[in-house]
Amino acid sequence: MRLVKIVERLLVAIPIMTGVAVIVFFFMRLTPGDPVDIMMGQGGAVSAGEMERLRSEFNLDKPLHEQLAIFLLDLARGDMGNSFTRQRPVAQLIAERLPATIELALGALIFGLLVAFPIGIISAVRQNSLTDRLSMAGAFLGISMPPFWLGILLILIFSVHLKWLPVQGRIGSDVHLTTITGFYVLDSLLTGNREALVSSLRHLVLPSVTLGAAVAAIVARVLRSSMLECLRSDYVKLARAKGVSEFSTVAKHALRNALIPTVTVVGLQVGVLLGGNMIVEAVFGWPGLGRLVVDAIFARDFPLVQGAVMVYAFTFVAANLVVDVLYTYLNPKIEM
Amino acid sequence: MAEPILELRNLTTVFPTRRGEVRAVDAVNLALYPGQILGLVGESGCGKSTVLLSILGLIARPGRITGEVLFDGRDLTKLSNRELRRVRGKEIAMIFQDPLSTLNPAFPVGEQIRESLRLHNMLPGPSFWPLDSSRRRREKERVLQVMEEVGIPAPEARYRAYPHQFSGGMQQRALIAIGLACNPRILLADEPTTALDVTIQAQIVALMKRINQEHGTAIILVTHDLGLAAEFCDHIAVMYAGRIVEIGNVDQVIENPQHPYTQGLLRCIPDLKERSPLQPIPGSVPDLAELPSGCAFGPRCPEFQPVCAKGFFRLQPVAENGQRKAHRSGEVHMARCLRLTAYRIPEDD
Amino acid sequence: MATTTASESIPSWRYVWGVRWRLWRQNALEFWRELHKHPISVAGGVVMVAYVLAALFAEQITWHNPELGSLRNRLLPPAFVASGSWDFPLGTDAQGRDLYTRIVFGARVSLAVGILSVAISMVVGVALGALAGYRRGRIDGLISRFADLLMAFPFLIFAIGMMAFLGPGFVNLILALTFKGWVEFFRLARGDMIAEGTREYVEAARVTGQKPWRIVVGEMLPNILPTIFVLTTLRIGFMIVTEASLSFLGLGIQPPTPAWGSMVADGRNHLLNAWWVSTMPGLAIVGLVLAINLFGEGLRDILDPRLKLE
Repeated sequence: MRLVKIVERLLVAIPIMTGVAVIVFFFMRLTPGDPVDIMMGQGGAVSAGEMERLRSEFNLDKPLHEQLAIFLLDLARGDMGNSFTRQRPVAQLIAERLPATIELALGALIFGLLVAFPIGIISAVRQNSLTDRLSMAGAFLGISMPPFWLGILLILIFSVHLKWLPVQGRIGSDVHLTTITGFYVLDSLLTGNREALVSSLRHLVLPSVTLGAAVAAIVARVLRSSMLECLRSDYVKLARAKGVSEFSTVAKHALRNALIPTVTVVGLQVGVLLGGNMIVEAVFGWPGLGRLVVDAIFARDFPLVQGAVMVYAFTFVAANLVVDVLYTYLNPKIEM
Repeated sequence: MAEPILELRNLTTVFPTRRGEVRAVDAVNLALYPGQILGLVGESGCGKSTVLLSILGLIARPGRITGEVLFDGRDLTKLSNRELRRVRGKEIAMIFQDPLSTLNPAFPVGEQIRESLRLHNMLPGPSFWPLDSSRRRREKERVLQVMEEVGIPAPEARYRAYPHQFSGGMQQRALIAIGLACNPRILLADEPTTALDVTIQAQIVALMKRINQEHGTAIILVTHDLGLAAEFCDHIAVMYAGRIVEIGNVDQVIENPQHPYTQGLLRCIPDLKERSPLQPIPGSVPDLAELPSGCAFGPRCPEFQPVCAKGFFRLQPVAENGQRKAHRSGEVHMARCLRLTAYRIPEDD
Repeated sequence: MATTTASESIPSWRYVWGVRWRLWRQNALEFWRELHKHPISVAGGVVMVAYVLAALFAEQITWHNPELGSLRNRLLPPAFVASGSWDFPLGTDAQGRDLYTRIVFGARVSLAVGILSVAISMVVGVALGALAGYRRGRIDGLISRFADLLMAFPFLIFAIGMMAFLGPGFVNLILALTFKGWVEFFRLARGDMIAEGTREYVEAARVTGQKPWRIVVGEMLPNILPTIFVLTTLRIGFMIVTEASLSFLGLGIQPPTPAWGSMVADGRNHLLNAWWVSTMPGLAIVGLVLAINLFGEGLRDILDPRLKLE
């Protein structure tokens, strides 16, 4: 029964994706800047014939609605076209870069949750204590700091001055790693490559912290406030009257209920993570999708931008779906 | 007469507030005998719920409990939290007022009942219980048994149901099941019927009476409904502003109330047959932070005399038929009112 | 006995507004008292105002040119570091421009963009939300679908995309930020409107024959304003950070106009020997956004519980 509902939700996602595709399509074409011009560097050195040939190769000479039809049909077949600037299939380019972005997003999520949970719970249990006040102050700071600045600050402290962690990139340039999945950490584990494991983890630290700081701050605050509410509830009173230990009361009875609104917020954060990815990738030279997209936007590389945005939107929708499913598991009052 | 299984001696619970110390429970003395049903009656805020919480040591900081709570010869107020936890739920169980908010919405009902069993190791077996499927089975059987006993129909199906899927009366039965799971000697019931419809109320009351008779469980029932207490309890203690103002056997208190507050409460009960106008008690419950001196009920009392505002005075025994005779149960009817001593403060105070 | 006409038995507008004024005054007094309980938020508000004043009176409180500098003065350290001077209190950047001056002028950009984009988002979002929430039906469905579609894009990607195509510039920046910014206000206003719609006074107003627009604007809107206000305050901080991020990528306000984001980007190449070039503008951002968030949080504390009393 639940499976049916999940499939239903996935199907509903299709019109959304189509809508996204259409928006992106029109967007790109309605804005100034001829892609062929830009590709040629706006120089006059190329003949008109050459430009005509390029235009027809990229279907740019056909009327808009035809272009749209071609685009959508291709998309349905999984073909995102070829990149204008890189002469390779868009799907391939994206597949190369996607693991890096996902690895970073996961790193940030894990960091954020690892920090937020203990802080949120302890702050609620010891309300108004020093720990609580400091944590909340820290949380405020976390949401007030722009990620690009935090990244630079961390680089300044940990890479430039303390020299503990590397500045840029995903892995040391002298380290050799055979990639299987594209996830460096996973690959190093799979190939038993200790040097690569250490190096990729070291490179992952600062970007994850930068991206995850805001997540940690927001989740900690939400968790704390819902824990406070739950700890004041009647069922916690009953749990104590039953003789449940204080630890179990907090960790089992209260937390289980406090997770419900928290999960929703975590889900929203996934969107933020995807969006903030770009900035952090730029700051740390992380070879992910974000940088690819920014470059493509500047170069008016239509297919690449379209493909990348589609992938982002899809990931977003998928993540929301996962969160919704999780929510129905946590909250017995909701049928899916 | 038998020994009391629970005795409260000078139990006082204090909460520091911005406006001064509030004595939610003030020098309360109570005795509960095995198999007895004791009613604690009073309006909201008089401290009756706090008495129950104090018995189990569930008063959160910065509240403080002083006095003694003697259970089985042990003073519960002197026990560590760990030792207290072994008493809670197992020897002394408590049920609360609003079952929907008291049951944890995230866990199935059967699970919540079973938690009591597991916590108190009611069913012996290897300590690492997840591995022992036979123990889990026995626990489940016991849970189903308890559910059936409290009158939850089709317990097998309801075992995995969630609280919000139960009706109000069913939820309260589930709460009672949680309380009963470990066969406690005492059941503390904090207004268990207040949130329920009248017809369901009657069912729950009948259930509790049955439990009392079949298991010999002593019950302390807290309620604001004097009529309910009269019907259900063996003994009644009336509380006002944290103090007991009248206590005795139910017949004594209901038929011969001595304290003006008790009398007022009795007059508040609408009488279906006589259809006389309701006579409410004038005024409202005092602010515990700013109690009047002397008798706390003084400002509202129709029998008030100036001496009533001077000082604190104890419970006075009530003379029945001109003699200070105890009820055949051995219980002495007492009331905290200077009328009983012709408005003279006795010297032993 | 003379019969009263309908217009005499319904209280006059004057009476109603008199009552409203007195209620408002009561609320204002309570608000003042509540403010005293939240010193940190008040401090945040004060800092906010300080930033605004600094931006307004930038010429008066600075003494260097924000856009031109002399290479003689490049990369001078801030005053509290050795070899720094109070003439350049926060140091200079790679082109010899005084950082303090640029930060103060940069406040203009950030505040203008932040406030304007949020204001427009709010107006558009609330208007659409009130419309959708009150009318429901097809209009609601249409706008909600569109909003959902927009929400499928992460904010920054959308903004970057728009900026890249519209080109840099102040107006384009505002456009980019508001294009997606209104959705949050829309959702809040719509949700609140739907909730308000179920309350009795709305039914009462409808029964007495009030025109729908009067009901919406006169009665329901004032009730949902507090939550909208709180959201507004919190979004300003977000917009400022987003603007700074866009400037950091080179997509926002173009040089030589000082913008905090691009200033941080400029300093990246000099992290080793001139850490202040990136750090100072960032601190300015953090200071402002933190102040706004603290203030907004206090505002929420004060306004929300009172909402329940209504």
